[in-house]
Amino acid sequence: MVRQLRPDRLPPLSLLDLPPKDDGLAGARLAIDDNNTTGRFLKQNFALELIESEDPAELIAETKKKVEAGIGFVVTDLDAKPTVELADALKGLDAVIFNASAPDENIREEDCRANLKHTAPSRAMLADALAQYLAWKRWGNWVLIVGPAPEDKAYADALRRSAQRFGMKILEEREFKYDPGSRRSDGGFEQIQQQIPTFTQKLPPHDVLLVADEGELFGEYFPYRTWDARPVAGTAGLFPTSWHPAIELWGGTQFQNRFKRLASRNMRPLDYQAWMAVRSIGEAATRTRSVDRKAIISYMLSPEFELAAFKGRKLTYRAWNGQLRQPIVLATGKMHVTVSPQPGFLHQYTELDTLGVDRPETKCRAYNK
Amino acid sequence: MTLFKNAAALAALSLSSLALGAGPAAAYKIFVSNEKENTVSVIDSEKLEVVHTIKTGNRPRGIILSKDGKWVIVCTSDDNRMQVFDAETYQFVKDLPSGPDPELPILHTSGNPLYVSNEDDNLVTVVDIFKGTIVTDIPVGVEPEGMGMSPDGKILVNTSETTNMAHFITTDGFKNVENILVDNRPRVAEFKSDGSEVWVSAEIGGTVSVIDPAQKKVTHKINFEIQGITKDAIQPVGVRFNKDNTKAFVALGPANRVAVVDAKTYKVEKYILVGQRVWNLGFTPDYKLLFTTNGTSNDVTVIDVASEKAIKSIKTGRYPWGVVSSLTPIKSAENGAAQ
Repeated sequence: MVRQLRPDRLPPLSLLDLPPKDDGLAGARLAIDDNNTTGRFLKQNFALELIESEDPAELIAETKKKVEAGIGFVVTDLDAKPTVELADALKGLDAVIFNASAPDENIREEDCRANLKHTAPSRAMLADALAQYLAWKRWGNWVLIVGPAPEDKAYADALRRSAQRFGMKILEEREFKYDPGSRRSDGGFEQIQQQIPTFTQKLPPHDVLLVADEGELFGEYFPYRTWDARPVAGTAGLFPTSWHPAIELWGGTQFQNRFKRLASRNMRPLDYQAWMAVRSIGEAATRTRSVDRKAIISYMLSPEFELAAFKGRKLTYRAWNGQLRQPIVLATGKMHVTVSPQPGFLHQYTELDTLGVDRPETKCRAYNK
Repeated sequence: MTLFKNAAALAALSLSSLALGAGPAAAYKIFVSNEKENTVSVIDSEKLEVVHTIKTGNRPRGIILSKDGKWVIVCTSDDNRMQVFDAETYQFVKDLPSGPDPELPILHTSGNPLYVSNEDDNLVTVVDIFKGTIVTDIPVGVEPEGMGMSPDGKILVNTSETTNMAHFITTDGFKNVENILVDNRPRVAEFKSDGSEVWVSAEIGGTVSVIDPAQKKVTHKINFEIQGITKDAIQPVGVRFNKDNTKAFVALGPANRVAVVDAKTYKVEKYILVGQRVWNLGFTPDYKLLFTTNGTSNDVTVIDVASEKAIKSIKTGRYPWGVVSSLTPIKSAENGAAQ
């Protein structure tokens, strides 16, 4: 697993959301354990090596060395740009990369790579999942609050695309500019309580207020503080996610318990996405009864490949851009509210393709060979 | 809850009016574990009504009968134990130990010991039901689930949901003799009564694997196709064979149907529409009626086996999970319906 350490990343607003040191890594470790329990019966053994650095160039060089020395599977927790750079560096080698963290659309579309798969859902998948539920609720009039960071703008782009796709209206957008200041302090709420109502005053009549704040730097300020009594959704309030630590559906209880025993904490989306990546490798190794990386990679590309991942149905990789299809959970801090795709959103192949960029729309050409 | 109480009150009314006419007739009693309600519904096979509700421990799932038919044994998963109830009086008899999160129990053909899959610790626990002690633990795959017993009592088949295997284990010495890969998330392993085949359902894979226990090989894979239902919604779980092993009934989960399969040619003959998210199946001992547990719609469907038709839905508790019939007709304890 390749992890980009990001010490300059601002911590989220809530103490509850502070990322643990082994975020993602613990999920990969659990999948290694799960693979080895199965592997025991087939005489297969799986091991995890960790490459960590703040410097993407160093990560890429290190990973390339390992791949040349025989490692065939790389799980990444990297930003979008170094993810693609890594894919290019490994081009022509017998290796496949699983992007477990970056939600960016471009690395699945115009900048896609044939040796790059994605277990992390894209922003379009997350936004579509939310939009379907809001459509189901008939909460079709939105206002959108966007943060200043590039990823906030990308999240807002995804929401705009989903609004158009599912016939929702964005009546007004406002940018929320802020000076992050110090994250921890003894006070603060007094001013926020004044600031947010003022900021949300005189919005057009709407059903729901959407927030695009991927860094979780201000979104949590909006629920219960808006001028109008309206629910909040997006990155705060009701949010779309690949996983939630309260999920007990589809046999999830035992999965959550196994994780907690291993990591002594709750499973986070990044853990789940890394788990799916490592389990994909294990599943392919089991089915091919092989540890030959060429055989495993080609099986993963075949239509026979399917992954059981506690989502109530089989998960498969999209043949046109390597994105893992998956139901998306809509949740609040404590619990899931629903799971998308929503009933009634139909598709000629699989309803999971109502989430995100579908085959006829894709700009990815790397898989057309 | 309110809905169920009303239904129960209705059942009680009709019971008392019937009791005025004739004395209580002996009928099979069908025991249905209600996963989310912590109860077992008792259904009378003649009246096709819930005649009693037994309070259980937390999260009752797998449910079986002792060989003599006197005990109903229920896995109460969240309490990490099993509970024994008297099949005639419905009274609590005793607790039995298990590993963490017991899900499905099965008895040795001799009646003892009991083997139970513990979903949370990759073990099958062997329990002496008379002494109430754990004999041993057998390590298996991740999330052990389905339990099948060969009719000669020599082989136990356990499925593991995340390892996707059917583990063949000897009952004499508990040796793991073969691990057969099946499709994703295997749920139930069921032997034909002549021991010639064991069928393993794969919930996420959407298939049933037919395994020859002599060769220990998958000899056939059964697929299901239903017009208007996506492949993803076809999730086989419960499997039962009719009396002469000519037909199999397979519960298809959120496809809300039970498939009728020719057990010789493996051709799917028919789909019977039942309640929502149908998981487990149980025959009356005369093989005339088949009961299906429909988790999401809180009911069981009664299928008339001869005509292969659903004849009635019966409201149970919340999220009915497992089902087993009494061995013999039992006179109703007549202590009313649900409390």
